[in-house]
Amino acid sequence: MGGTAPLDRTSPVFDYAPAPESRSVVDLRSSYGLFIDGQFVEPVAGGSFKTISPATEEVLAEVAEADEADVDLAVRAARRAYTRTWSRMSGRERGKYLFRIARILQERSRELAVLETLDNGKPIRESRDVDVPLAAAHFFYYAGWADKLRYAFPGRDPRPLGVAGQVIPWNFPLLMLAWKIAPALACGNTVVLKPAETTPLSALLFAEICRQADLPPGVVNIVTGAGDTGRAVVAHPDVDKVAFTGSTDVGRQIARAVAGTEKRLTLELGGKAANIVFDDAPVDQAVEGIVDGIFFNQGHVCCAGSRLLVQESVADEVLERLKRRMSTLRVGDPMDKNTDVGAINSAEQLAKIRELSDIGEQEGADRWSPPCDLPSQGFWFPPTVFTGVSQAHRIAREEIFGPVLSVLTFRTPAEAVEKANNTPYGLSAGVWSDKGSRILWTADRLRAGVVWANTFNKLDPTSPFGGYKESGYGREGGRHGLEGYLR
Amino acid sequence: MTRIDVRKTYKLAIGGAFPRSESGRSYEVTDASGGFLANAAHASRKDARDAVVAARKAFPGWSARTAYNRGQVVYRVAEVLEGRRAQLAEEVQRAEGATRRVSEGLVDAAVDRLVWYAGWADKLAQVVGGTNPVAAPYFDFSVPEPTGVVGVLAPQESSLLGLVSVVAPAVVTGNTVVVAASVRRPLPAVTFAEVLATSDVPGGVVNVLTGLLTDTAPTLASHLDVNALDLTGALGDPDGATALEADAAENLKRVRRPAQDDWATDPGLDRMTWLLETKTVWHPIGT
Amino acid sequence: MPLAASTPHDLAEVAASDAALRRFLHGLPGVDQVGAEARAAMLGTRSIKTSSKAFALDLAVRMVDLTTLEGQDTAGKVRALASKAMRPDPTDPACPPVAAVCVYPDLVTVAKETVRGSGVQVASVATAFPSGRASLEVKLADVRAAVASGADEVDMVIDRGAFLTGRYLQVFEEIEAVLAACSREDGSRAHLKVILETGELQTYDSVRRASWLAMLAGGDFIKTSTGKVSPAATLPVALVMLEAVRDFREATGRMVGVKPAGGIRTAKDAIKHLVVVNEVAGPDWLDPAWFRFGASSLLNDLLMQRTKQRTGRYSGPDYVTLD
Repeated sequence: MGGTAPLDRTSPVFDYAPAPESRSVVDLRSSYGLFIDGQFVEPVAGGSFKTISPATEEVLAEVAEADEADVDLAVRAARRAYTRTWSRMSGRERGKYLFRIARILQERSRELAVLETLDNGKPIRESRDVDVPLAAAHFFYYAGWADKLRYAFPGRDPRPLGVAGQVIPWNFPLLMLAWKIAPALACGNTVVLKPAETTPLSALLFAEICRQADLPPGVVNIVTGAGDTGRAVVAHPDVDKVAFTGSTDVGRQIARAVAGTEKRLTLELGGKAANIVFDDAPVDQAVEGIVDGIFFNQGHVCCAGSRLLVQESVADEVLERLKRRMSTLRVGDPMDKNTDVGAINSAEQLAKIRELSDIGEQEGADRWSPPCDLPSQGFWFPPTVFTGVSQAHRIAREEIFGPVLSVLTFRTPAEAVEKANNTPYGLSAGVWSDKGSRILWTADRLRAGVVWANTFNKLDPTSPFGGYKESGYGREGGRHGLEGYLR
Repeated sequence: MTRIDVRKTYKLAIGGAFPRSESGRSYEVTDASGGFLANAAHASRKDARDAVVAARKAFPGWSARTAYNRGQVVYRVAEVLEGRRAQLAEEVQRAEGATRRVSEGLVDAAVDRLVWYAGWADKLAQVVGGTNPVAAPYFDFSVPEPTGVVGVLAPQESSLLGLVSVVAPAVVTGNTVVVAASVRRPLPAVTFAEVLATSDVPGGVVNVLTGLLTDTAPTLASHLDVNALDLTGALGDPDGATALEADAAENLKRVRRPAQDDWATDPGLDRMTWLLETKTVWHPIGT
Repeated sequence: MPLAASTPHDLAEVAASDAALRRFLHGLPGVDQVGAEARAAMLGTRSIKTSSKAFALDLAVRMVDLTTLEGQDTAGKVRALASKAMRPDPTDPACPPVAAVCVYPDLVTVAKETVRGSGVQVASVATAFPSGRASLEVKLADVRAAVASGADEVDMVIDRGAFLTGRYLQVFEEIEAVLAACSREDGSRAHLKVILETGELQTYDSVRRASWLAMLAGGDFIKTSTGKVSPAATLPVALVMLEAVRDFREATGRMVGVKPAGGIRTAKDAIKHLVVVNEVAGPDWLDPAWFRFGASSLLNDLLMQRTKQRTGRYSGPDYVTLD
């Protein structure tokens, strides 16, 4: 058994047996109503739509579709709750409701994680270890602010805005709900929230949690539906505040729609983040960071590190290591605890990812994916990396919102910063280097709301998150996250 | 024989220079009772675009100055303005039709406002930024950074104090500005631009346009290289303000809607904070 | 030096001088502690069930260096241990033997007599284990004695004092000398494991440098710890060392083994390590020739878990042998 022993193995490969999370913890109903004024109600016009599991295309449930009349009922309920109950309640009492909700989220964490993975397609490991714990942490964090608001802004006497209309995306359904509802309620507002049409189920379970917490009726209202429902929420004249997370295009439409009104607006929109790897980077962690940056949540992340900017002197080595690492990614059944990359959220999103990836090839970039067996049912796209990409390529400029990485190179720190900032977006960026002064120099020059140095895609309720430029305005998280819900 | 006055030509201020409008147009500015005061330059759309280019060019340098230095420069503006007290009091008096005493009070208030904002330059980051106690081994901090190029419609009534109150907070935080002066009362703004030019404010940091808003405001609102739009000066024109806000949505400008301001009161932090982006930086803590 | 792994040609030059060696080791890419620990923790969440668990448990048994390194060790104790090494579970003939028994040099003869013909190797610690604080001559004599007594494998300690003060060439030359002392008269040589004592090196940067130093000097295995210093083996340390052997093979074509030792007490911990081996270094290392666990109590937990797999019942300490 000397150092020159042959490389052949006597044992078979260590292949992990399936480790599926049990679905039994979730009690799926065949149909769901709207959650208005503390009750699940049928929509006025009786419309509905199906929500499916993107991993299997199985229909999970029939969900009510809210139209203008339903949204009006929800806003009225929210207004009543605001005027009669919530704005009159002391911050201390409001806080206790939020603490209750946080605890119930923890108590029902398994159920929430399974439901989220079923409806969204994300790996159970992520919904279990990231989405649900962070959602609970957000409620804990903002619960504590409810009776301390006057300490948050020196020289001000902060007051709630009234009714908040909130529209959230499908990539982190429960977490985005928490980002929206927790600060709104802590500040004394009531809400009408519209979850994304492909992922309504965790929000409806959250409605049930509000009931378990005995939250006064009307403080939280959930209206399900697609774009028209969202437009009705945004356009409703009795909404005082609009908060939206989603694409920059829709954000633009909303900004136009609220022009000339008294409505306050915060927008958390798209991104095309640069992940900058210098030649002195801690390379193994950088490779992990690149992988986390673009393959976390199938790349359905507004702050995803979708543009890798790697210093030319180490580009070949970093790419080689990246490809080797990508080959160990486990793509498949999101309910399997060992899955790293799950299903694409919808057929529509899959088509968009395919289209942009095909354009990448047509524009001359080199496409590579590790060999992986994708399931025959459901919506799947392999982890993909494009090399030979230039700033002019569409895959280097447009948000793909999928597991697709574009690799560009640079020679000097100044060039890295210039390329990183050369985008209308400005949500996030990454910097990898072992040299502290270089990291701070780079972070200082990046026009982005979140800069991760020697890490990526980290989120915390205490840490403000939000974009520069066309990535939106306002911050969520931390003391800054209160600002959008107070006058 | 009485001496013939040398009259002043009121020009635009763009990128540290004082050009007349490239359009060659001007308009008549009258005092509060309708008497002729001067011809002011009527800035064109092209002038507005040139001003945006100048403001963008000035932004990297100005925003990279130390906060201490920006505070010093804004304080210097106050010093120079104090020295021009008599001239500006007279111009404000003519423009606004106030008494001499009231006008002097307004100039004094403008000087004091500049001093107040100057002092904020190196303090604001500690008030609105800080470290974030994240639940993981990372050092996590948030710092305010200037939004970028700001288009400002200055208030129509308060020709100097109002102007200073909207420009100073933008500049002291590191933004660069294109300001459309009060349409009917533009002359103090032009003189203020001269004050800026003689008080260490780099060219292009504050660009002053005079003329009708119909030309300048839509240019600022729709320009993709403008990051924020202050509609204070559109207070009397709600439809116009709505159209400008809708235009500004194209590149998600930060928009400040027109509101009734009382320039005599403590302005608070708000006129600075709306022009700040919060940047949050994470770094692992390890050996 | 950029992070590019060097070519074999470069590597021939790196120990030409203290300065060259320092340049090389300090040119290796840094290790970010938080990132490395997060990666190890994530791999630790892999769920290994049913057939893959059975495979992992048997593999882990075959990888154990069953160890006793106490002042109170006796021939009787070592015989008992060696018997267990050959037949860990007397109730189950299908249970494989462990890889080796690991003892002090003076007990090698006893161990060797007991395991003779079984395929179980005898490993001896040497070089003034565990501190290594003795003259080179004493250390080499220690090694020669162990080899002469029949040790198949020698587990040496590096001079951490020299390493931490940056005298890398001294450490390098000492390993070379120990390697020479491992030679037997018949021309073969005992297999050399180089203990880095990562708990004393403290930083992952140092672990990576010490790993490369040991590999460059010719070590067959790099081993985390003596077991006498806390912390001993940790999952992130194993991760960093596995990255090192992976990169070293890429650069030189030579494969080096890894042995975490001390602190791995449960089957769960052992399986986490195997996951890290699998996903970081690759399946080539999933073999007792290339990965070992230096442990004593681990074996019984592996056996109890095997029993559970086999019978469906949870076992208890009364059903495994205590030696």
